Order: sequence, then structure tokens, then C-alpha cells
Amino acid sequence: MLKAGFRAGIASLLLSTAAVAQDDTIKVGILHSLSGTMAISETTLKDVMLMLIDEQNKKGGIDGKMLEAVVVDPASDWPLFAEKARELIEADDVDVVFGCWTSVSRKSVLPVFEELNSILFYPVQYEGEESQRNVFYTGAAPNQQAIPAVDYLMAEEGVERWVLAGTDYVYPRTTNKILEAYLIGKGVAPEDIMINYTPFGHSDWQTIVSEIKSFGSAGKKTAVVSTINGDANVPFYKELGNQGVSAEDIPVIAFSVGEEELAGLDTAPLVGHLAAWNYFMSVDTPENAEFIEKWKAFIGDPDRVTNDPMEAHYIGFNMWVKAVEKAGTTEADAVIDALPGIEVPNLTGGTSVMLPNHHITKPVLVGEIQDDGQFEVVWETDGLVEGDAWSDFLPESAVLVADWVELKCGNYNTETKTCGGATN
Amino acid sequence: MSFLRACLMALLLPLLAAPALAQTASFEDLVAALPEGSYSARGAVVGDIALTGDPRAEAILTALLDGTLGVIAATGQVVTLAPAPADALTGAPVAEAGVAEAKVEKIRVNNGLRRDIRAALGILTLSDPDPAKRLAAADAAFRAPDAAQYALLDAAFQREQDAAVKSRLAEARAVAILDGDFPDAEKRAAIDVIARRGDADAQRILTPFAASPDPDIAEAASAALASIERSRMLWGYAQNIWYGLSLGSVLLLAAIGLAITFGVMGVINMAHGELVMLGAYTTYAVQETIRQNAPGLFDWSLLIAAPLAFVVAGAVGVAIERGIVRHLYGRALETLLATWGVSLILQQAVRSIFGPNNREVGNPSWMSGSFDVGQMTVTWNRLWILLFALAVFAVLLFVMKRTPVGLQMRAVTQNRPMAASMGIRTNWVDALTFGLGAGIAGLAGVALSQIDNVSPNLGQTYIVDSFMVVVFGGAGNIWGTLAGAFSLGIVNKFLEPYAGAVLAKIIVLVAIILFIQKRPRGLFAVKGRAVEG
Repeated sequence: MLKAGFRAGIASLLLSTAAVAQDDTIKVGILHSLSGTMAISETTLKDVMLMLIDEQNKKGGIDGKMLEAVVVDPASDWPLFAEKARELIEADDVDVVFGCWTSVSRKSVLPVFEELNSILFYPVQYEGEESQRNVFYTGAAPNQQAIPAVDYLMAEEGVERWVLAGTDYVYPRTTNKILEAYLIGKGVAPEDIMINYTPFGHSDWQTIVSEIKSFGSAGKKTAVVSTINGDANVPFYKELGNQGVSAEDIPVIAFSVGEEELAGLDTAPLVGHLAAWNYFMSVDTPENAEFIEKWKAFIGDPDRVTNDPMEAHYIGFNMWVKAVEKAGTTEADAVIDALPGIEVPNLTGGTSVMLPNHHITKPVLVGEIQDDGQFEVVWETDGLVEGDAWSDFLPESAVLVADWVELKCGNYNTETKTCGGATN
Repeated sequence: MSFLRACLMALLLPLLAAPALAQTASFEDLVAALPEGSYSARGAVVGDIALTGDPRAEAILTALLDGTLGVIAATGQVVTLAPAPADALTGAPVAEAGVAEAKVEKIRVNNGLRRDIRAALGILTLSDPDPAKRLAAADAAFRAPDAAQYALLDAAFQREQDAAVKSRLAEARAVAILDGDFPDAEKRAAIDVIARRGDADAQRILTPFAASPDPDIAEAASAALASIERSRMLWGYAQNIWYGLSLGSVLLLAAIGLAITFGVMGVINMAHGELVMLGAYTTYAVQETIRQNAPGLFDWSLLIAAPLAFVVAGAVGVAIERGIVRHLYGRALETLLATWGVSLILQQAVRSIFGPNNREVGNPSWMSGSFDVGQMTVTWNRLWILLFALAVFAVLLFVMKRTPVGLQMRAVTQNRPMAASMGIRTNWVDALTFGLGAGIAGLAGVALSQIDNVSPNLGQTYIVDSFMVVVFGGAGNIWGTLAGAFSLGIVNKFLEPYAGAVLAKIIVLVAIILFIQKRPRGLFAVKGRAVEG
């Protein structure tokens, strides 16, 4: 509690600027950790939001009204996320919030957004199995990242034996459950799947890497599907490199390693390993080139990189702007109704659409890590993939659909024809 | 791969109207087929290019591997991109106007294709005069078995003189035999060759044959697998002990500074982890300076960083002791809260100065890679860290037991009034002792920067483990810290394969709690007058 209090003190100091704002602006809340363990990933998202708001104001705001960012610091502390969300909506009177990274922080703010009827844009790939009226998911659902990645390994690298390695929390556990069901459905024998969980920040990977090595020596092509979170990846890849496991023998495909994470480490042992995302900084489109240029100018550092959750905020912010323009108001109910069907260009050359289940359409790209910390795309889906809130590969969620346009329900059961009601 | 090749032939048959692509397709046709199709189909094309034995093959495949082979989208002409765009087949320069950036596409390569290319290049270098290259060629062929290469491998094996290369070629030839349609007798012989390796690769190759329809082959493979399994199990124990020692050395490094400040002085220093982090950031700063000013010294960066980290962390330690801790001696709870506050301040200070992201600390060349002991892999960085931990321990023991400073430290912590009346400046010794503990934490940071992330959160990961080791080993006894660190490391690593990393940690923690109930003073309790209350 001391920690929370201490940080809350600092955050309220930061807030004093927001308190004196004028009334005729549209307020945009930014709820990303600027201190604590998640600051490593979330600080960048705060910056990209400030840039997008700045851009929009240069274009004259929305319908003549200027946008104003309200930044708070939930300090990587999950209960504090809920407090800060309440503060943003009630005290600062923001019209929309862009924020959260970890699933647990999103779960902690859900009731607040539902109770106070506001809007949250969530920009990170997540485990799915959720659709809430007040939340718009601009990151990938499992069918927009994990499933296509596994398809690639099966078809192009001939992988028959799978290690599902993850950090021990909700996103890896749910994703691995979906992947396991999917692989078994594809005819993979249960003994050809090894599932392994490690604690947050695990740094001694010797045993696990040697287990992976011996698991991989059963005569079938083996790959590792990694949902290992953030910091623990560096020692993992180092150990793989040191023990001589090359990407050509046992490739590792990661769902949480992007350009930003690679920027802080020696990429030599990672070259050739894979990552699946919906955006890579190396994607060659005019939109992306323009975005990167603006970002580098805004942040004042030519070495800064862009990554997938940043693109998700870019898409989400533009969708929200369009929806506000369409609705003619920033009032939450009107904007929530206006959002489904909104189309905006993404940075990979396509057009993303907000779906009735509050997820968006995205392309899926598989990239190989290069020694300069960038990814080279080796495979991509033919078109854009629609985000599926409820996985079709888990029996309990296969019967559920989310549709906030026709059915007005986040978990409609197609068998019993009833709405599950309150989301979990 | 032979199956895939069959598929490819089936696909291309109507196009080329040739019964067997590999024999009849010209080198030019094969190269033209490189940019298109799935990765596996292109892998087969790569193999066929090598089998043509065309003198241009090596250059083209090397370019493909290096990612410098492209294709002009409009015409399908294959070109090499470096140094200047030129036709891959003729070497004729391509007119600059024709290859404006956007029109040339790099031919994509993935892991599987890269392996095929290496195998194909291996085939081409089988008769290289350099034995090292021939060995690499045999290795590549071994890793990507292809029955179509049998004839070439066999020929190379027959003419090979070098014993090491010859045995490697025999293995490569054996996997080629196992990959293809060869008489059973030959296959059995091949299984024997592979079985003699007795390692994980042999296991990987032989496992499918244990289920072979031919009883002789199945039996030979199963027998070989059983013996491999036995020896791997024994080696597995050795490997676990090594991993345990290695984990123990990390715990020892993290805890040894705390053994002084907490164990000897009795100060609960929650900022201990942050002192470790400062050591790691010192290493980063040293490496950055070296990178910018004297890249040649990079391999020495850790040796330069170690004394600096000791001084930096030690100075911060002395400042903490003089500024805060000395006012709170005897008030454990206040010390705990105050030092925790210090830890938060240090973390956020580092975050403000260096940014929240991980900083890149490279491994010097002598700390990268691994070597094999039997069937056990020993990585160099872990070995050096183990030696470093033991060296730090030995030096600390020497300072505490054999030097006047160490004598004074022990005197002050055992009986402060008596030591003071003997003329020892107890304030000065307190600061020095705390500084020593902090400095050693800084040294730990130098080592940990090699295996963990250098981020503001580095210290948090180790603080709980450090206290656990010191309490388990027995506060006040440096040998206890050593024994505690290594026994916790080894127990953890033996549990991990069975219980998983998460559960292993929990089991160890519960075991320690039970142990402390039974022996509150830890493994090696300090006896005598030093024990109070």
C-alpha cells in the first residue's frame, strides 16, 4: 500500500496540469503505466497517443473542438488501474480512454467502464474470450495471431511436434488452451505437445532449454510457440543461443516479442527466430513510412522504433475520431453505436473495419528476426482476418458469439438462443 | 524431402513434359524456378541445383542464403543484388534503369529453406581441399538428410583420407540411406553407424525406425534407442547437478553482499537488489563508453567494469549507511521501510536517467557459446559466473578472517561497546562494512548483466531469493550462505523437470519455511556470545 500511495502522490502531481483545462475541449484519457514493471512497454504507447492527439489538433481537432490529453500513471499496479480509470472518467470527465496492456489490468478496469458507461480502446494482442460493450479491442484476438502462426509452421516448416512455452498467467494459459485444442483437432498426437509455464521474470532457462532440446530429438520437426512475456525472453533466447539451438533446428515463434523489446538486447542469438504480429516496422507501405517519420520527429530520436500495439492505437484513435464525427457528439452511447462498421486504413496497406463484436480486421504477418532488430516478413495471410471474440476451438466458447449491433450481446449462446448477460 | 520432390515433379510435369525434373531440367530452368512456389518446393529446387554440379551453383546459392538474390518482378529474371545488380546466370550487369528499387524483389528465404541451402552448399563443397570445410559440408548433409545426395556422399566417403571427416561422412551417408529406398541390410548397417553416436541427434534420427515394419530394423533401432536412453539418463543427472551449481552460483552472488549487511550487521537492507542493479548499469555504461571510444577493448569490458561497479555500488552503500541506516540501528522495522523507500528512489532514478527500456549489455566472446562434456552442454557464461562467484566468496572470506579490517568488522558486530573501548572507530567500521556488502552487490550486478535483463527492475527479481539464501544458510555465517545457495540451486534444478519451474519454486519456498520452523537459525547457526536474544 505504501508503494501505491507513494506513486499515487506522484501521479496526482502530474495531473495538476489537466485540472486547469478549459471546458470546450474534448478530453482523451491515457491510462498507461509510466512506472513499475510495465513502464518498459506502456510508456511508448502514452507517447504515441500524445503524437496522434497532437496531429489531430494540427488538423483542427474534431468539428472545431481541440483535443486534450489527460495522462495518468497507474504504475503497473492492477487495482490502481481501476482507481485511475474512475478518476479519469469521474473527476477529469474524459470522453474516451486509450489504455491498459496486461489482461489483468484490463479485467480490473472493465467494471468501471461498464458502471460509468465510458469507452476504452485496448491496443494489445490478448487471449480473447471476452467482448464488452464499452471496450474496443484493436489488438489481435488468438485467431489473428496464434492460429495463423501455427498454420505457417505446419505448412511451410513441416512442424509436427510442438512446445507451447509461456509465462504463468491468463494470456498464455488461455492461448495455449486454444492452441492445444486446435493442434489436436489437426491430428497432432497429445504426446507431441509439450506445455511449459514459467514464473514472471524467469531468468534461469537452462533446464527448460535442455528439455526442449531433448523433446526436439524425437525424430519429428519441432518448434516452440512462445507466449513468454516481456523481460523473460532475453535470457531465454540467450540460453537457446548458448546451448546451440539454432532457428534452423528448432524455430521459436513468439507472440510478445516486437521491435521495442528487441531494441534493448543483443540480437545475435535471435536471428532467424520468428514472431507473428499484425504489423512490423519493416512493412513497406507509404502510410507506414509516413507514420515512422512522424514518430521519429515527435519523439526526437532517430533510433526509436515502432511496433504492433502502436499501430493498434493508430487504428483505434482514427476509428474513434471518425465515429465522433459520424455521431456528431462525444457522448458514449452514440459513439459506441457509431463505431461498428467504421473503416480506416491501417499501416500495412489494407483497410481495417470495426466489427460488431468490437474487434477489428487485421492482416497476420510472420516475420524473421534480423540482426538489426527488425523483422523480415516471410509469410502473410491472403487478406485481412476478422477478430473472433470467442474461440471456435474451445467447446465452451464455440457456441458463443458477440454482436453489439443486432443482438446487443457480448456472449450470445447460439444453441440456447440466450444472452449470457454480464461479461466475466 | 524426397516426398516433396515427388510432389513438385507432379506439379511441373505438365509444364515441362519431362519424366524426371532433376535429371532433365536445365540449370537455367531450375534457377528461374527459385523465386516462386512454397518454401518446401523451393527447397527441392535448391537440392536439384546442387546436384547439377554447375560451376555457377555455389555463387547463386550463397547469394540466396545471404539474402542478396533478387528477381525482377516484371520479367522474372533472377539477379544478384550485391555488389551491383547483375544477371545471376550470366553475370552481365543489369541496366540501372531496369532495376529501380521497387521493381526488384528480394527472394524470401525462411529457416527450412536456409537449411536446405546449407545442405546443398555442403554437397558442393564436399571435395574442397580444406578439411574444415569438408567437415562442415558433412555436418550440413547430416542435418538435412536427402536420399538424392547418397551417390555424392558415398563417393566423397570413399575418397576421404581425414579420419574425422570420414567418420562424419559415414554418418551423413547413413542418414541419406535411412531417408531413401535402400535394401534392408544397408539400412541396418546405417542404423549401427548412427547408434554409435549415442546422442540426441541419434535419438532423433532413430526414433521413427523403432516402429519400422521390418522386424530386424525395428529391433536394431529399439536396442540402440534403449542404450542411448540409459546413457542420456545418467548424463541427465550430471546435467542437473551442473545446472544446480550454476543456479546456486547466481544465488550466491546475489546473496553474498547481503550476507554481510544482513547476516553480519543485522541490517534488513531492502535496497540490496538495487545495488545489484547499479552494478549492472555500471557495466552498461562501461560497455557504451568502450563501444564508442575503443571497440577493440570490448572483450575486456567486464574486467574494467568489475572494480568500477564495486566502487559505485560501495559508494552508494556508504551513503545509505551514513544518511539513513545509522540513525535506525536497532529499529528493524523502520530500517526495512526506509531502505525500501531508498530502493524505490534508486529504481525511479535509474528509470529517469537511462529510460524504462532494457539496456543492451553484450557478452564478450569468451562468454558466448558452449562446449560439450560427454553428452552434457556447458555454457561458457555460466561456467565463468560460477568461477567468479567462488572467487568473490574466497576474497570476502579472506578479508573477513585474515585482515585487520575484517577483524574490526567482526569485533564491532559481536560486541560494540567492547570494540569501541579498544579504540576501534565503530562508526567508521559500520560504514565500511555496509560499503563492502554493497560493493559486492555491485560485483554481482556485473555478472548478472550477462544472463539477465539490465532494466530498472533487475534488483526486484533477486531480493527475495537473496534473503531466502541468507536466512536458510544461517545469518552471520558466510559459509552458510555458500552452502545455502548451492543446496537451494541443486534442489530447485532436480525438482524443475518433474514439477515445472513454477511449482519447483513454491516447493522450495515451503520447504524452507518448514526448515526454519525446525531450525530458526538456519543451516549453520552462529554459536557463542554473538547470538543475542
